Amino acid sequence: MIRLEKRPTPSQFWTYTTPIVAVLLTMLAGGLMFALLGKNPVTAIKTIFYDPVLGEFAFYYRGQLLVKAGPLILIAVGLAIGFRAGIWNIGAEGQYIMGAICGAAVGLAFYPTESWIIFPLMILAGALGGTLWAMVPAILKVRFNTNEILVSLLMVYVAEQLLAAMALGPLRNPETAGFPGSRNLQQYPSAANTDLIAGTGMHWGVVAAFIAVLFAYILLSRHLMGFHIQLAGQSPKAARFGGVNPKALVVFCMGLSGALAGMAGLFEVAGPAGQISINFNSGYGFTAIIVAFLGRLHPIGILLAGLLMALTYIGGEAAQATLQIPAAAIQAFQGMLLFFLLGVDVLSNYRIRLDRREPAR
Amino acid sequence: MTDLLTIQRLTKAYPGVVANDDVSFSIAPGEIHALLGENGAGKSTLVKMIYGLVKPDSGTMALHGAPFSPAEPRAARAAGVAMVFQHFSLFEALNVAENVGLGMENPPPIRELAREIREVSHAYGLPLDPRRLVGDLSAGERQRVEIIRCLLQDPKLLIMDEPTSVLTPQEVEILFATLNKLKSEGTAILYISHKLEEIRALCQGATILRRGKVVGACDPRQASAAELAEMMVGEALHTPDRPPSEAGKVVLQVAGLTSESVSTFGTRLQNIGFEVRAGEVLGIGGVAGNGQDELLSALSGETMGASETVRLRGEPIGHLPPNPRRTRGMLSAPEERLGHAAAPDMSLVDNAVLSGWQREDLTRGGFVRWGRARAFADKIISTFDVRTPGAHVAARALSGGNLQKFVIGREILQRPDVLVVNQPTWGVDAAAAAAIRQALLDLAGAGAAVIVISQDLDELMEVSDRFAALNAGHLSAPRPARGLTMEQIGLMLGGAHDMDVAHTEEAEHIKETYQDSHHEETRP
Repeated sequence: MIRLEKRPTPSQFWTYTTPIVAVLLTMLAGGLMFALLGKNPVTAIKTIFYDPVLGEFAFYYRGQLLVKAGPLILIAVGLAIGFRAGIWNIGAEGQYIMGAICGAAVGLAFYPTESWIIFPLMILAGALGGTLWAMVPAILKVRFNTNEILVSLLMVYVAEQLLAAMALGPLRNPETAGFPGSRNLQQYPSAANTDLIAGTGMHWGVVAAFIAVLFAYILLSRHLMGFHIQLAGQSPKAARFGGVNPKALVVFCMGLSGALAGMAGLFEVAGPAGQISINFNSGYGFTAIIVAFLGRLHPIGILLAGLLMALTYIGGEAAQATLQIPAAAIQAFQGMLLFFLLGVDVLSNYRIRLDRREPAR
Repeated sequence: MTDLLTIQRLTKAYPGVVANDDVSFSIAPGEIHALLGENGAGKSTLVKMIYGLVKPDSGTMALHGAPFSPAEPRAARAAGVAMVFQHFSLFEALNVAENVGLGMENPPPIRELAREIREVSHAYGLPLDPRRLVGDLSAGERQRVEIIRCLLQDPKLLIMDEPTSVLTPQEVEILFATLNKLKSEGTAILYISHKLEEIRALCQGATILRRGKVVGACDPRQASAAELAEMMVGEALHTPDRPPSEAGKVVLQVAGLTSESVSTFGTRLQNIGFEVRAGEVLGIGGVAGNGQDELLSALSGETMGASETVRLRGEPIGHLPPNPRRTRGMLSAPEERLGHAAAPDMSLVDNAVLSGWQREDLTRGGFVRWGRARAFADKIISTFDVRTPGAHVAARALSGGNLQKFVIGREILQRPDVLVVNQPTWGVDAAAAAAIRQALLDLAGAGAAVIVISQDLDELMEVSDRFAALNAGHLSAPRPARGLTMEQIGLMLGGAHDMDVAHTEEAEHIKETYQDSHHEETRP
């Protein structure tokens, strides 16, 4: 009989090992799924995990890796800080859209003036847009005790409608005859978020993501605020005893995650996407939730998880293109990753014991 | 007379600890048998085996001479074994009859059941209205629900786990009258406790456990409390001594303190007022759920109110949250060690920072000085003899007594002017409890004002200079503790406040009857 026994102290070893076990299990189960689909599992796994980094066309994929990982990491770091405090911002996607809209609007308002100040202003506006959008669930929670999961999620759909309205209305490029979508910010040097080193995918958003990782790491491991955040998440009553104001914490965590998601949106619209369009958002805000958990809500873990997730995206696209694996199978594959991660998570808090049956007498 | 229950050589080991090692004893029909031992001595494991919750590794049990090895509580109940747990398993939002019905295999219609409950409660002097909501009942009444649930099964052996820990002295007497009546009808009772006087008054036999082993058996009526205590602890107990102290100036004044309850079925504080002087210990007694949590929370700053309701050295602080109160010298230690006074999954270093970062100067510019924090945690551990592999272990890995020493030590080492503690020795072994009480007395001796909220009256009598009682959110006027009788304390606590007259008379009658018969028995 298999029995789970709670460890007195969570195992350090398994806390760091479970993500690797989860990735290996995902490869096994995913390989089985690909085999059932009639594809060669080894080739499929190799296409997803190996080719984008070290394969023949890696020079192209490597740049894509940072472009995808940047916003995921930036958003996930903000979310993880809230999650650590037990504050569940599920609506980063909406805050991402609002950051893009506000940031792009500031840039477009200056068009065609050239000045160095424009891009920093756009970043500020993006952060502000995301923060304000996150303040709606935050203030509703503080004032009326609403559930932030529900409100922040529903705010995503409002943001999507607003995005469409903006792309068709106020932010539409006046020089195209009725096509939806704004001017391309990449063609407006003062507002463009281009690669800092050509071809690497290393734009300002990626830099911001690295800074955010560092900032979050220091906050959580060294600062009293970070201590209070973790305290509130683990033991709300002890946090109150320790003098943590739960309402202020909700506003801080929602605001911070909103600001980072908004900045991610701005970097995306001014860089890889280039313009506000109806289908500008592509689910980074939701995937970042997976990234946050895959990285164990730890900044360094999130950095690695973001890169891994970006890899499965790019590798997944490559597998779709070269092996004709259906998109749904790739999504299932990514789902497996989260499933196994949460599944083997039990090992860090419990140990498995194989029981011989106890003698009755 | 053949024994009702015979236990032979029962052994049960858990990883790292042998909870019961070769335990043997027997209970006769109509005997009230005490199972005596400190926390962690293995009493709970033993009764769980009798009740079918835990399977022994080796050893045998026999009931009425036939082999008895219940695979689950249902089997134990079918064989006539019933148990009243220390922690009740009742639904607060359901009424008494519904709660009783939920615990039965084939409950009769609720109307029928209510009638049975009323009959049993009358017969045994346990006043209880089957229609009342459990959430509105006192701890003593909730216990009656559990007892009646057992009695409806007509048990041959009733196991009671620390039944008096939540009762007022008057309620204890009513309970004892009931147990004596059951005994006279031939029901055997296995009575678990560490309260020696109780056992000497009630039980005819006792088995003493220490670290999983039977270390003695005696007739508690013949042994003195000190003898029993020595057998239980294995050494002579150190009773705290109090340095003579003169009450100084008034440090803390509370006036007109009224607050909402912290939980749905909690209690509102009603216009509470008292003063505490420097060098004095104020003991606040009361049965659980009479506003203890609310009072601690109002004093710690977790609930805030009007500024004048709490004054520290004359300064109004009633509106301040916990941290500003700490900087002013007012500290507290809540009852719930895990999850309130300490974060279970965090290390002892983290938990030292939790309430100590201001007074111990553990931060600079908002950044935690982990070196200093570790040193503070180590200082608590060494000063208060906290048994732990180190300061890095999670709080939940410590035993209750050790964590309690850590929590109390953390506050005391911060040199408070006022310290408020709630249930400082609840579930703590005797040696650790004595150490904690001594530390509180030393703190008062050094000039701090100490407020001890507790349900353990013996403890309060031991440490308090003055005593007040919480009852339904009201606080009685504090009285000097020296010279107070149990009778007076009981009246201050509200006594059997939740009973109507008819029931009380009936209970008195039963009590007298059985006390008389008891006297005859003991003096042949």
